[in-house]
Amino acid sequence: MMPGEYFLEHAGWIPLFPLVSAALMLFLGRRLPKFAVNLFCVGSVFISFVFSAGAVYQLAHRAAEDRFFQKILFIWIPAGVYHTTAGPLANFAADWGILLDPLSSVMILVVTGVGFLIHVYSTGYMAQEGGYYRFFGYLNLFMFSMLTLVLANNLLLMFVGWEGVGLCSYLLISFYFHKKTASDAGKKAFIVNRVGDTGFLLAIFLSSVTFGTIRFTSRGFEKLVDATQYPGMLDALNIGIASGVFAVGMPVLTAIALLMFVGATGKSAQIPLYVWLPDAMEGPTPVSALIHAATMVTAGVYMVVRMNSLFQMAPFAMHVVAAIGALTAIYAASMGLVQTDIKRVLAYSTISQLGYMFLACGVGAFVGGVFHLMTHAFFKALLFLGSGSVIHALSGEQDMRKMGALWSKIPVTAKTFFIATLAIAGIPPFAGFFSKDEILWKTFSGGEEVFYKVLWVVGVITAGMTAFYMFRLVNMTFFGTSRVEHEVEHHIHESPPSMTVPLIILAILSVVGGWIGKPASLGGVNHFERWLEPVIFSPPAALAGLAERALPAAHREPMEYILMAVSVLIALAGIWLARVIYLQREGLADRLAEKWGPLYTLLHRKYYMDEIYDALFVQRTKDLATALGMFDRGVIDGVGVNGSGALTLAICRISMWWDTWIVDGLVGLTGTLVRLGSYPARFVQTGKLQSYALVIVLGVLLLLGYFLRHAMGMV
Amino acid sequence: MQTHLLSVILLTPLAGALLLLVVPGRLVTAHRILANLIGLVGFLVSLPLLGRFVAGEKGFQLLEDMGWIPSIGARYTLGIDGISFVLVMLTTGLGAIAILSSWSAIQMRVKEYYILLLLLQAGMLGVFMSLDFFLFYVFWEAMLVPMYFLIGVWGSDRRLYAAIKFFLYTLVGSVLMLLAVITIYFQHAALLQEGGPAARELMSLYPGGAAYTFNIPVLIESTKFLAPHMQQLLFWGLFFAFAIKVPMFPFHTWLPDAHTEAPTAGSVILAGVLLKMGTYGFLRFSVPMLPDAARHYAPLMMAVSVVAIIYGALVCMMQKDMKKLIAYSSVSHLGFCTLGIFALTPMAIQGSILQQINHGISTGALFLIVGVLYERRHTRQISEFGGLSTPMPNFAAIYLIVSLSSLGMPLLNGFIGEFTILQGVFEVPGRGPLYAACAVVGIVLGAAYLLWLYQRVMFGPVTNPANANLPDLNTREFACLVPLVLAAFWIGIYPQPILRYLKVPADQLVQRVNPDYFERHPGLVPAGGPAIGNLAPAGLTNAPAAAASGKALPSGASALAVPVPLRAAAQPAGE
Repeated sequence: MMPGEYFLEHAGWIPLFPLVSAALMLFLGRRLPKFAVNLFCVGSVFISFVFSAGAVYQLAHRAAEDRFFQKILFIWIPAGVYHTTAGPLANFAADWGILLDPLSSVMILVVTGVGFLIHVYSTGYMAQEGGYYRFFGYLNLFMFSMLTLVLANNLLLMFVGWEGVGLCSYLLISFYFHKKTASDAGKKAFIVNRVGDTGFLLAIFLSSVTFGTIRFTSRGFEKLVDATQYPGMLDALNIGIASGVFAVGMPVLTAIALLMFVGATGKSAQIPLYVWLPDAMEGPTPVSALIHAATMVTAGVYMVVRMNSLFQMAPFAMHVVAAIGALTAIYAASMGLVQTDIKRVLAYSTISQLGYMFLACGVGAFVGGVFHLMTHAFFKALLFLGSGSVIHALSGEQDMRKMGALWSKIPVTAKTFFIATLAIAGIPPFAGFFSKDEILWKTFSGGEEVFYKVLWVVGVITAGMTAFYMFRLVNMTFFGTSRVEHEVEHHIHESPPSMTVPLIILAILSVVGGWIGKPASLGGVNHFERWLEPVIFSPPAALAGLAERALPAAHREPMEYILMAVSVLIALAGIWLARVIYLQREGLADRLAEKWGPLYTLLHRKYYMDEIYDALFVQRTKDLATALGMFDRGVIDGVGVNGSGALTLAICRISMWWDTWIVDGLVGLTGTLVRLGSYPARFVQTGKLQSYALVIVLGVLLLLGYFLRHAMGMV
Repeated sequence: MQTHLLSVILLTPLAGALLLLVVPGRLVTAHRILANLIGLVGFLVSLPLLGRFVAGEKGFQLLEDMGWIPSIGARYTLGIDGISFVLVMLTTGLGAIAILSSWSAIQMRVKEYYILLLLLQAGMLGVFMSLDFFLFYVFWEAMLVPMYFLIGVWGSDRRLYAAIKFFLYTLVGSVLMLLAVITIYFQHAALLQEGGPAARELMSLYPGGAAYTFNIPVLIESTKFLAPHMQQLLFWGLFFAFAIKVPMFPFHTWLPDAHTEAPTAGSVILAGVLLKMGTYGFLRFSVPMLPDAARHYAPLMMAVSVVAIIYGALVCMMQKDMKKLIAYSSVSHLGFCTLGIFALTPMAIQGSILQQINHGISTGALFLIVGVLYERRHTRQISEFGGLSTPMPNFAAIYLIVSLSSLGMPLLNGFIGEFTILQGVFEVPGRGPLYAACAVVGIVLGAAYLLWLYQRVMFGPVTNPANANLPDLNTREFACLVPLVLAAFWIGIYPQPILRYLKVPADQLVQRVNPDYFERHPGLVPAGGPAIGNLAPAGLTNAPAAAASGKALPSGASALAVPVPLRAAAQPAGE
């Protein structure tokens, strides 16, 4: 330990503060007064934030190549030896350990920072709700899981956080458990995520047998520890590359990368596992902001960046990531165009923006992906919290067709919301501009192939659609004429400071948050890129197939300016279009919807994907279950078990019949025959003394007569 | 000096049953109190095992040996290894909880009920402790009788059908096992009388051993000399007994009936401990006694286990009765256990034993939870419930944790077991990854049926007025459930203490079945590898590179034994 690294040394505590508070809430919360709940729950997250900030500050004070801090708190699963695919035995051990490096630094700051603001906001938003302690308990539990996820030093511990955030998401979506839609949505989120998790689990197994370890890296251990005793996947990969065991595009590496990406599509709501996120809006709005916009859904992006070494070794997987990302971006944006529920628009926008992040990763711009992750956390959290404030002001109304002209009635909400909208639309100099621009530029320059140009076109069109649907939302909500229901109109009020202050802070971050990654072409120094450089894998020079992808420097700058201008212009076009349709020409929106009827319905019904999934998977699984259940009762138990029981009984009956009629019958027959045969004798054997005497007398007389006759004859 | 700790543990419930026998039946409360005390004492006397049993030592410990039936060579021999140790602890712990849970559920023939429960307890303990095959068989069969009466007398509507089905079904398997036992017994005697090298080896291992013996450690050494076809025949003989008990697909259909009809405590014991007798049988007899046959049939067994995992989970989905649903979930979970056993790798076997304990905890708790509802509403139909979170918040919290533990949420016990099993299955050459991938589907389905059940019972508005004012958990119910919840967290967060007991037996099993497993790399001894750290990457570079270049692996210089030159090792290999 270097002197004065208190916070680094205690980075393992960062997830524990919210955990303690969560445990307190779930055990004792019901008896605690509200201010105590606030104190523990908001306070614990604040302490986490302070510790995170301190740790990152101390990490930043180290030299760039030393910015790794790894510590094993205890051995979690020591499960013995196993075979790796290469033959030798490895000793399986999953640690409970933390890894603080530039990547996890960014994540913990975003998670605790934005998380803290949302906790503060929630004290206002949830003030009137029942189950206040339960809500904050779950929220704290979420903070613990999310921080475990990003601080984990190995895949399995990351999976712990991964499942933990999924659980909290389930609990918070189903928070209003009286509502069927809410508990359905929670269950859907959990199960869809579990489908993705199977990919993650299999990826862990495969990594483990391929690399002989599931630890990410051996870097960052204290100098006292012999780091070679604690190898990581990165070390194994490097050695394997050097010795020729691993090469670019090897099937096993591609398989690991793709399986991990399956997990990422679940958690980060990408095609084909995105279906749970729109429904997740059933949860309270702060939950949507924290979990389903700013932090949890970005876990998939974090995972891909964390594993960037593997992905870089698997170009096919990279192409898949980029294609799925771009496809999801435009697909979700198209559904966002026509939604009328304010939170659903934001939900589709989140899916779409996550698509951008994967697009960035897929073209190798991992830093760009993380950059967008961060700026998106600021402005999307702000958008959700702002929409919550609107919903709060309108006594729970979420339908944008019943809003309008709220600009002056809730000014703080409206202005901060507007800033966030400019940020997401990619208007300079707001945060979203820098991150989105970097992604688009890196996509365009990702390679000479048509593939990258197509991806860029998709990205730019999506940018235009994003600007359009966001300004559609703003126009329908804050401008134009009021369509607010009469009795609701009286109660419109700006939210309390506990809600507006977080909005203002996030608004500031949505403006300045992007400046840290100002590209060189705009006269900046991309601090963000430099910060993250150490965690991005640079393959050994000898490695063929991973040549430098960037265009020659000479072409670079003019092209970059042109592309920048194109994306800004398209965004402006989207804004103009939204203005024309939703503000200037009354009724144009309805006429367009009518004219493009089938398309409108298709988008509005979300391409019928819920119905298709239900018919294809849910119902078929249920049918299969029913069929197997009947098979179990009817065939296995009925024919097999009860059948053999019945068969035994039947055999019993037959043998009883045999026994009665044949075996015993023969016995009886013998008896009968003897009885019949002895029938005449019975007349003689009467047992009466007199008749015996009579017979004797008669016999004697007969004999006497006989003898007498002979005697006479002889005489 | 001989210790009698195991006998004390074994005889405590028997003595308790005798004690209850002399207390007049009309003193119902006295019976309840006494039975609970006996259950508690039964658990307390097993606690010294923690100190006396040494984890990480090979072979059986705390041996006891007494003559019993000299004419056939059957002896009263007890002893435990790591596997039986954890199962004995599970039995005594769960036994006490099962007795406690019966306090108000049983109103009729209380005295007889507790006596039978205690007899059952003794029978199961005997099964896990016996080191004499004959004694084992006696306990194995003896335990059927109390269970038969527990289901048949204190069960619900179709109790007679279920009881007879349970009894006959398991008896069929047991008879085949008896044949196998007798065959092994005579084979051993014949082997010794032949006096070949095999006999000499046996005599050197167990000097002075009688020719006619049921001693399990002796027979384990002896049966490996059997001809393969004989091993295979004996494997099937034992298989039916164990497979029915586990139960493995397709021999599982007695389980839903027995579970549904049994009283709560009966279900808890049935799921928690009794089923483990089947998996224990595989671990104690089928695999080590018949290693060639076990290796030969392992793919088949794994395939059947995977079918059980998915099949059981799917059938769960359409159940309308809570207890039946949980019974089928047992089929699925036990599928993981048998899958782990027949993967024949150390991790999978360790995971399998751990998962048996986990299943005892989670499914035992699930049956207690159904019992809580049954006592209040006298129905187990899912459709009768809904919205119970409102009247019963504490119950909701505990039920949620138990469900999560059953569906394999990390930081709860189920996850550790499932993960270790699947990791161990994955490394099986050939179809291992395929089996693991299929089994993972079972995990998804597990989440689906458990959460769906939870949603239907706990969420939503209270639609049935009968549920509106259900009382929340009382102190006694808390006392039953909280220890299980704590155990679930403990194993999930810090499984090391339990895994410590399982490592050596698992390694020994693998060594016996698959000696090649450890010998491929002599650098690493089975039980004594480095505590932390993973030495594969260095080896990783050596093996394939050496194989590619046609050079033989320097056996002494295996990178596994020399962890330091991680990078250095790469240098020559990279040439």
